[in-house]
Amino acid sequence: MVNHQERLGRTFAALVDPTRRAILAQLERRGGTSISELAAPFAIKLPAVMKHLDVLADAGLVTRSKAGRTVTVRLRAQPMRAAMEWLRHYERFWSSRLDRLARYAEDQEVKARSEKR
Amino acid sequence: MTSVTLVRRIRARPPIVFDAVTTAEGIAQWWGPDSGPVLMAEADVRVGGRYRLRFRMLDGTEHETTGTYLELLRPERAVMSWRWTGGIEDPGESRIEIVLRPIPEGTELTFSHSRLHDEDTRRSHEAGWTGSLRKLEALFTDPAAPAREA
Repeated sequence: MVNHQERLGRTFAALVDPTRRAILAQLERRGGTSISELAAPFAIKLPAVMKHLDVLADAGLVTRSKAGRTVTVRLRAQPMRAAMEWLRHYERFWSSRLDRLARYAEDQEVKARSEKR
Repeated sequence: MTSVTLVRRIRARPPIVFDAVTTAEGIAQWWGPDSGPVLMAEADVRVGGRYRLRFRMLDGTEHETTGTYLELLRPERAVMSWRWTGGIEDPGESRIEIVLRPIPEGTELTFSHSRLHDEDTRRSHEAGWTGSLRKLEALFTDPAAPAREA
Protein backbone atom coordinates (compact mmCIF):
# COMPACT_ATOMS: atom_id res chain seq x y z
CA MET A 1 0.00 0.00 0.00
CA VAL A 2 1.25 3.43 -0.89
CA ASN A 3 1.28 5.65 2.16
CA HIS A 4 0.12 9.24 2.37
CA GLN A 5 3.63 10.73 2.37
CA GLU A 6 4.61 8.79 -0.74
CA ARG A 7 1.47 9.87 -2.54
CA LEU A 8 2.14 13.51 -1.66
CA GLY A 9 5.73 13.09 -2.78
CA ARG A 10 4.58 11.91 -6.18
CA THR A 11 2.11 14.76 -6.50
CA PHE A 12 4.74 17.39 -5.67
CA ALA A 13 7.34 15.76 -7.93
CA ALA A 14 4.83 15.73 -10.79
CA LEU A 15 3.99 19.40 -10.24
CA VAL A 16 7.62 20.56 -10.20
CA ASP A 17 7.98 20.46 -13.98
CA PRO A 18 6.64 23.54 -15.85
CA THR A 19 5.57 21.52 -18.92
CA ARG A 20 3.55 19.19 -16.73
CA ARG A 21 1.91 22.14 -15.00
CA ALA A 22 1.06 23.56 -18.43
CA ILE A 23 -0.44 20.20 -19.46
CA LEU A 24 -2.59 20.20 -16.32
CA ALA A 25 -3.66 23.78 -16.98
CA GLN A 26 -4.74 22.80 -20.49
CA LEU A 27 -6.71 19.83 -19.21
CA GLU A 28 -8.37 22.09 -16.67
CA ARG A 29 -9.59 24.34 -19.48
CA ARG A 30 -10.58 21.68 -21.98
CA GLY A 31 -11.82 18.66 -20.06
CA GLY A 32 -11.16 15.37 -21.91
CA THR A 33 -8.53 15.79 -24.64
CA SER A 34 -6.75 13.47 -27.05
CA ILE A 35 -2.98 13.19 -26.71
CA SER A 36 -2.29 14.80 -30.10
CA GLU A 37 -4.54 17.78 -29.28
CA LEU A 38 -2.81 18.07 -25.96
CA ALA A 39 0.67 17.98 -27.52
CA ALA A 40 -0.12 20.57 -30.23
CA PRO A 41 0.70 23.78 -28.28
CA PHE A 42 4.02 22.43 -26.98
CA ALA A 43 7.39 22.77 -28.63
CA ILE A 44 8.21 19.19 -27.74
CA LYS A 45 7.71 15.90 -29.54
CA LEU A 46 4.86 13.52 -28.89
CA PRO A 47 7.01 10.90 -27.07
CA ALA A 48 8.15 13.60 -24.62
CA VAL A 49 4.52 14.51 -23.96
CA MET A 50 3.75 10.81 -23.42
CA LYS A 51 6.53 10.64 -20.81
CA HIS A 52 5.10 13.62 -18.97
CA LEU A 53 1.68 11.98 -19.05
CA ASP A 54 3.18 8.82 -17.52
CA VAL A 55 4.50 10.86 -14.58
CA LEU A 56 1.15 12.63 -14.17
CA ALA A 57 -0.72 9.32 -14.36
CA ASP A 58 1.60 7.73 -11.74
CA ALA A 59 0.82 10.66 -9.45
CA GLY A 60 -2.88 10.05 -10.10
CA LEU A 61 -3.28 13.54 -11.55
CA VAL A 62 -4.60 12.35 -14.93
CA THR A 63 -6.45 9.32 -16.25
CA ARG A 64 -6.16 7.92 -19.76
CA SER A 65 -8.89 5.96 -21.50
CA LYS A 66 -8.71 4.35 -24.91
CA ALA A 67 -11.59 4.28 -27.41
CA GLY A 68 -10.55 2.75 -30.75
CA ARG A 69 -7.29 4.47 -31.68
CA THR A 70 -7.85 7.57 -29.62
CA VAL A 71 -6.55 7.96 -26.09
CA THR A 72 -8.46 10.55 -24.08
CA VAL A 73 -6.70 12.26 -21.17
CA ARG A 74 -8.64 13.70 -18.25
CA LEU A 75 -7.68 15.65 -15.15
CA ARG A 76 -8.10 14.08 -11.73
CA ALA A 77 -8.00 16.75 -9.05
CA GLN A 78 -8.04 14.67 -5.82
CA PRO A 79 -4.25 14.34 -5.35
CA MET A 80 -3.92 18.07 -5.96
CA ARG A 81 -6.48 18.73 -3.24
CA ALA A 82 -4.59 16.42 -0.87
CA ALA A 83 -1.38 18.34 -1.57
CA MET A 84 -3.07 21.68 -0.92
CA GLU A 85 -4.69 20.34 2.24
CA TRP A 86 -1.30 19.17 3.48
CA LEU A 87 0.19 22.65 3.04
CA ARG A 88 -2.84 24.23 4.71
CA HIS A 89 -2.32 21.89 7.65
CA TYR A 90 1.15 23.37 8.14
CA GLU A 91 -0.26 26.86 7.79
CA ARG A 92 -2.77 26.23 10.59
CA PHE A 93 -0.07 24.53 12.65
CA TRP A 94 2.13 27.63 12.62
CA SER A 95 -0.65 30.16 12.71
CA SER A 96 -1.74 29.16 16.22
CA ARG A 97 1.89 29.16 17.40
CA LEU A 98 2.58 32.60 16.01
CA ASP A 99 -0.46 33.89 17.88
CA ARG A 100 1.15 32.63 21.09
CA LEU A 101 4.53 34.03 20.08
CA ALA A 102 2.94 37.45 19.51
CA ARG A 103 1.24 37.36 22.94
CA TYR A 104 4.46 36.33 24.65
CA ALA A 105 6.58 39.00 22.89
CA GLU A 106 4.00 41.67 23.68
CA ASP A 107 4.07 40.68 27.37
CA GLN A 108 7.87 40.88 27.30
CA GLU A 109 7.66 44.32 25.75
CA VAL A 110 5.34 45.51 28.52
CA LYS A 111 7.69 44.06 31.15
CA ALA A 112 10.75 45.69 29.55
CA ARG A 113 9.02 49.06 29.56
CA SER A 114 7.90 48.82 33.19
CA GLU A 115 11.42 47.77 34.31
CA LYS A 116 12.88 50.89 32.72
CA ARG A 117 10.73 53.19 34.84
CA MET B 1 7.92 24.52 -3.74
CA THR B 2 6.48 23.21 -0.56
CA SER B 3 6.46 26.14 1.78
CA VAL B 4 4.12 28.19 3.90
CA THR B 5 4.62 31.85 4.73
CA LEU B 6 2.81 33.79 7.43
CA VAL B 7 3.05 37.46 8.37
CA ARG B 8 2.24 38.87 11.82
CA ARG B 9 2.33 42.37 13.25
CA ILE B 10 3.48 42.32 16.85
CA ARG B 11 3.38 45.18 19.36
CA ALA B 12 6.94 44.63 20.58
CA ARG B 13 10.33 45.87 19.39
CA PRO B 14 12.36 43.66 17.01
CA PRO B 15 15.05 42.66 19.60
CA ILE B 16 12.33 41.44 21.97
CA VAL B 17 10.63 39.45 19.21
CA PHE B 18 14.01 38.11 18.08
CA ASP B 19 14.77 36.77 21.56
CA ALA B 20 11.29 35.28 21.84
CA VAL B 21 11.92 33.44 18.59
CA THR B 22 15.44 32.17 19.28
CA THR B 23 16.14 31.69 23.00
CA ALA B 24 15.22 28.56 24.96
CA GLU B 25 13.13 30.64 27.34
CA GLY B 26 11.31 32.20 24.41
CA ILE B 27 10.59 29.13 22.31
CA ALA B 28 9.36 27.24 25.36
CA GLN B 29 6.50 29.76 25.48
CA TRP B 30 5.10 29.29 22.02
CA TRP B 31 6.70 26.47 20.06
CA GLY B 32 4.60 23.59 21.36
CA PRO B 33 1.62 22.55 19.23
CA ASP B 34 -1.04 23.00 21.91
CA SER B 35 -1.23 24.26 25.48
CA GLY B 36 0.34 21.06 26.86
CA PRO B 37 3.48 21.52 29.00
CA VAL B 38 6.99 22.05 27.65
CA LEU B 39 9.16 19.40 29.32
CA MET B 40 12.54 20.60 28.17
CA ALA B 41 13.91 23.50 26.15
CA GLU B 42 17.58 23.87 25.28
CA ALA B 43 19.08 26.32 22.85
CA ASP B 44 22.68 27.09 22.02
CA VAL B 45 21.96 30.38 20.30
CA ARG B 46 24.85 30.80 17.87
CA VAL B 47 25.34 29.84 14.24
CA GLY B 48 25.87 26.08 14.16
CA GLY B 49 24.39 25.71 17.67
CA ARG B 50 21.48 23.35 18.25
CA TYR B 51 18.11 23.74 19.90
CA ARG B 52 15.95 20.99 21.29
CA LEU B 53 12.45 21.17 22.64
CA ARG B 54 10.44 18.41 24.22
CA PHE B 55 6.76 18.81 25.03
CA ARG B 56 3.72 16.84 26.06
CA MET B 57 0.54 17.40 24.14
CA LEU B 58 -2.89 17.49 25.70
CA ASP B 59 -3.52 13.96 24.39
CA GLY B 60 -0.59 12.75 26.55
CA THR B 61 1.83 12.03 23.71
CA GLU B 62 5.36 13.41 23.94
CA HIS B 63 7.23 14.88 21.01
CA GLU B 64 10.50 16.55 20.29
CA THR B 65 11.65 19.06 17.72
CA THR B 66 15.33 19.74 17.09
CA GLY B 67 17.35 21.82 14.73
CA THR B 68 20.41 23.96 14.11
CA TYR B 69 20.71 27.73 13.90
CA LEU B 70 21.89 28.48 10.38
CA GLU B 71 21.84 32.29 10.43
CA LEU B 72 21.42 34.72 13.32
CA LEU B 73 21.38 38.43 12.66
CA ARG B 74 19.84 40.08 15.72
CA PRO B 75 17.32 41.67 15.49
CA GLU B 76 16.58 41.19 11.79
CA ARG B 77 16.77 37.63 10.69
CA ALA B 78 17.05 34.06 11.96
CA VAL B 79 17.23 30.86 9.93
CA MET B 80 17.13 27.41 11.45
CA SER B 81 16.65 23.83 10.41
CA TRP B 82 13.68 22.03 11.91
CA ARG B 83 12.76 18.42 12.34
CA TRP B 84 10.40 16.28 14.38
CA THR B 85 11.99 13.50 16.33
CA GLY B 86 10.18 10.82 18.26
CA GLY B 87 6.86 9.30 17.43
CA ILE B 88 4.89 11.05 14.77
CA GLU B 89 5.65 11.27 11.08
CA ASP B 90 9.13 12.40 10.17
CA PRO B 91 9.00 14.27 6.88
CA GLY B 92 12.74 14.98 7.09
CA GLU B 93 14.56 18.19 7.80
CA SER B 94 12.90 21.43 6.80
CA ARG B 95 13.86 25.06 7.16
CA ILE B 96 12.43 27.95 9.13
CA GLU B 97 13.23 31.53 8.22
CA ILE B 98 12.14 34.47 10.33
CA VAL B 99 12.52 38.04 9.11
CA LEU B 100 11.77 40.98 11.42
CA ARG B 101 11.09 44.49 10.17
CA PRO B 102 10.54 47.47 12.46
CA ILE B 103 7.17 49.17 11.98
CA PRO B 104 5.64 52.06 13.97
CA GLU B 105 3.64 49.75 16.27
CA GLY B 106 6.49 47.31 16.79
CA THR B 107 7.58 44.50 14.47
CA GLU B 108 6.36 42.88 11.32
CA LEU B 109 7.34 39.23 11.44
CA THR B 110 7.50 37.13 8.29
CA PHE B 111 7.68 33.46 9.08
CA SER B 112 8.32 30.86 6.41
CA HIS B 113 8.62 27.15 6.74
CA SER B 114 10.07 25.69 3.59
CA ARG B 115 11.56 22.47 2.25
CA LEU B 116 8.61 20.68 3.74
CA HIS B 117 9.19 17.90 1.31
CA ASP B 118 12.91 17.32 0.98
CA GLU B 119 13.14 15.14 -2.08
CA ASP B 120 10.76 17.32 -4.05
CA THR B 121 12.50 20.47 -2.95
CA ARG B 122 15.74 19.14 -4.35
CA ARG B 123 14.03 18.39 -7.62
CA SER B 124 12.30 21.73 -7.72
CA HIS B 125 15.67 23.44 -7.33
CA GLU B 126 16.99 21.40 -10.21
CA ALA B 127 14.05 22.53 -12.27
CA GLY B 128 14.81 26.11 -11.28
CA TRP B 129 11.44 26.60 -9.75
CA THR B 130 10.74 27.32 -6.15
CA GLY B 131 7.09 27.82 -5.67
CA SER B 132 4.84 28.66 -2.82
CA LEU B 133 1.36 27.97 -1.66
CA ARG B 134 0.12 30.77 -3.88
CA LYS B 135 1.88 29.44 -6.95
CA LEU B 136 0.46 26.01 -6.35
CA GLU B 137 -3.01 27.49 -6.11
CA ALA B 138 -2.40 29.49 -9.28
CA LEU B 139 -1.91 26.25 -11.16
CA PHE B 140 -5.59 25.81 -11.67
CA THR B 141 -6.52 29.45 -11.95
CA ASP B 142 -3.79 30.81 -14.23
CA PRO B 143 -4.75 29.99 -17.82
CA ALA B 144 -1.36 31.09 -19.19
CA ALA B 145 0.94 28.59 -17.46
CA PRO B 146 4.12 28.59 -19.56
CA ALA B 147 4.94 25.71 -21.84
CA ARG B 148 8.67 25.11 -22.01
CA GLU B 149 11.01 22.65 -23.61
CA ALA B 150 11.12 19.51 -21.48
